[in-house]
Amino acid sequence: MNPEQQSRRKAMADYLKSYSGRPLRLMEVCGTHTSMLYRTGVRALLPNEINMLSGPGCPVCVTPTNYIDKLVEYSFKANTCVLSFGDMLSVPGSETSLLGARARGGHVDFFYAPEQALDRAEKEPETTFILAAVGFETTAPVWVSVVDAVLKRKLRNVKLLTALKTMPFAMDTLCATGKIDGFLCPGHVAVIIGSEAFRPLAEKWGRPMVVGGFTAELLLAALARLVHESSCGRGGLWNEYPSYVRPEGNQKAQAAIARVFQPGNACWRGLGVLRCSGLYLRGKYAQLDAGSYGLDDDHLPDGCRCGDVLTGDINPRQCPFFNQKCTPDHPIGACMVSSEGACRIYCVEGEISK
Amino acid sequence: MCVAYPGKIININGDHANVDFAGSRVKINISMVDAKVGDYVLVHAGMALQKMKQEEAESLTNLFTEVNETTNES
Amino acid sequence: MKIELRHGAGGVDTSRLIKNIFARHFHSPVLDRMEDGAVLPRPEGDIVLTTDSFVVQPLEFAGGDIGRLSVCGTVNDLSCMGAQPRYLTAAFILEEGLEADLLERIVASMAHTADEAGVQIVAGDTKVVEGNGGMFINTAGCGVRPAGRDVSSANLKPGDQLILSGTLGDHHGTILSARMNLASSLKSDCAPLTGMVEKLFSGHIDVHTIRDVTRGGLATVLCELAEASGCSAELDEEALPVSEGVRALCGILGLDPLTMGNEGKLLIAVPEPDAARALQIVKSAPYGENAAVIGEVKPGKGVALKTSVGSMRTVSPLRGEGLPRIC
Repeated sequence: MNPEQQSRRKAMADYLKSYSGRPLRLMEVCGTHTSMLYRTGVRALLPNEINMLSGPGCPVCVTPTNYIDKLVEYSFKANTCVLSFGDMLSVPGSETSLLGARARGGHVDFFYAPEQALDRAEKEPETTFILAAVGFETTAPVWVSVVDAVLKRKLRNVKLLTALKTMPFAMDTLCATGKIDGFLCPGHVAVIIGSEAFRPLAEKWGRPMVVGGFTAELLLAALARLVHESSCGRGGLWNEYPSYVRPEGNQKAQAAIARVFQPGNACWRGLGVLRCSGLYLRGKYAQLDAGSYGLDDDHLPDGCRCGDVLTGDINPRQCPFFNQKCTPDHPIGACMVSSEGACRIYCVEGEISK
Repeated sequence: MCVAYPGKIININGDHANVDFAGSRVKINISMVDAKVGDYVLVHAGMALQKMKQEEAESLTNLFTEVNETTNES
Repeated sequence: MKIELRHGAGGVDTSRLIKNIFARHFHSPVLDRMEDGAVLPRPEGDIVLTTDSFVVQPLEFAGGDIGRLSVCGTVNDLSCMGAQPRYLTAAFILEEGLEADLLERIVASMAHTADEAGVQIVAGDTKVVEGNGGMFINTAGCGVRPAGRDVSSANLKPGDQLILSGTLGDHHGTILSARMNLASSLKSDCAPLTGMVEKLFSGHIDVHTIRDVTRGGLATVLCELAEASGCSAELDEEALPVSEGVRALCGILGLDPLTMGNEGKLLIAVPEPDAARALQIVKSAPYGENAAVIGEVKPGKGVALKTSVGSMRTVSPLRGEGLPRIC
């Protein structure tokens, strides 16, 4: 880092640390933001006047229980194997997680990039592979290329169980609560949909929306902007991740997503069913669907307050199960399972008294 | 889950490219970006999401001017 | 030629396998006698004994193989106890289908590493089981600890400086890249560190604790040491040595170098007055060129990290599966 960058970093850190304006409730929507705010130490700089809430932008955390149950069911079917991103494996369904199913003989495995799964499908034509297609707009283009590859390579033994979700409608619901003063907008979602996708929200609700990146520098910049604008009560849109986020986003990716997927209602743990907030395979691509519609049932265990944590209504410590009945080793809710879940992060990374 | 990281395109073969991440070479799908050899791209789950633009956030300089003005006003 | 079940039956095929591969590379006056047990001279200090098993996949990787790993892992455990490693045993469980050429390369590598570490392999065993061409190695290591070396996990004292002997995550990154078929310039750091440790003692450094930073990474090891010693530790993020290659791999996969396994790195705790000299000694020892002071021990509990933005955050041990079969 050159001296100019160092002094800018220090200036932003000092600004945040010494903030003493009106108390602010700010929300970072994206799970990776929650995780990086802790890991970089930016979160720990914030004084008590700045309350950072963690929103529902962790696809693992907002997946309803019956999506997991359906995958578990598939894992026990003859000649069937479920493949998923690593973090999905530990999420509890109503009875067990995918890892739990594997321990009982279910066929489950993970991938870093879903395209890797297709090589395996080609080598094992007798097995039907069910891919757990989760993610937000950031990951949707990846699933587009998987779907295209399945059809191009004529793989008859691959199907997708989708739980893809989109941000803007969910953020609209969060804005409607009126309890949040400003938003740190999901940076990699914005790479795809563009920073301008958040302008209607900023204008409708009069709140500052700041698109931010994921390094210490970028988080300091985004939060400094967000705190300043929120404290002045100024609505608007700012892009603090211009190296990858364009106003119009990635239009090629947007067109590809629209070709393969169509919007539909989707169930978000804690928020319920939100209209137009999910993506489903459309037209000729629907033949690859493994039964993704109607997975709207979310059996939260009795007393579990994941829902209230995900909307920022309570912080994890206010959940009566937090670190007592519900721990990283024995989780009850998804927020304690995912490496980007607020509860797990609060528990594992904790907060040091300043 | 939105973990993404920048890498440099080393060579291109149709819809895929070999991208270098400080010594790790990974085959990446580049069908969603118009990129050429030498470009830096942001990669997520094996796919390039966008090319890098060398843009410093000018808004930051403005931010500190505004903050100082606001502080001086009060 | 592939290894088959008959090679483990104890008959002629077993003798031939031992003669053509193991005995060809493992030489010691004791082993060459081919008896049922090794008769060893009485040592002049306390005996330190350790055991370890090696199940890494793949069997060969950039910078090493399961054979080299088995010698390094064992001698490093002994060195961390302040013992001078002397003897190793090596028991092999081979799966049928294993290529004999591959086995010979691994055995040769083990012999070479044993020479480098100054240890003799004095007893061995071979079994063959059904399977898919894999192999496992179990070792026992025996060393001698001279009087006056009081190193222990419970010996951290407030004020101690923490020295890390080199970059984090190299081994874990290498294995992960191999498993995921990523072409990579990363190399395992697996190395015998006895020389480094003996230089500290012969340099009259008051070493309180030495631990090799293996599975679970620095975070896990330091949390265990802090708890055993009833102290806290504070790390400086900017001081942690991490190569660009490992940093980038962590970036693409969402990993943290603090919880990645290493096979050739030591964490050394020394009192503050000895720290500068200890660092010099480690840096000038084989495999120690990237050593750095990374933090210090304080009263209290737990482990904290001073981040690059100046705030403090907690460091926790690795939770969950991590990467299986890394060593």
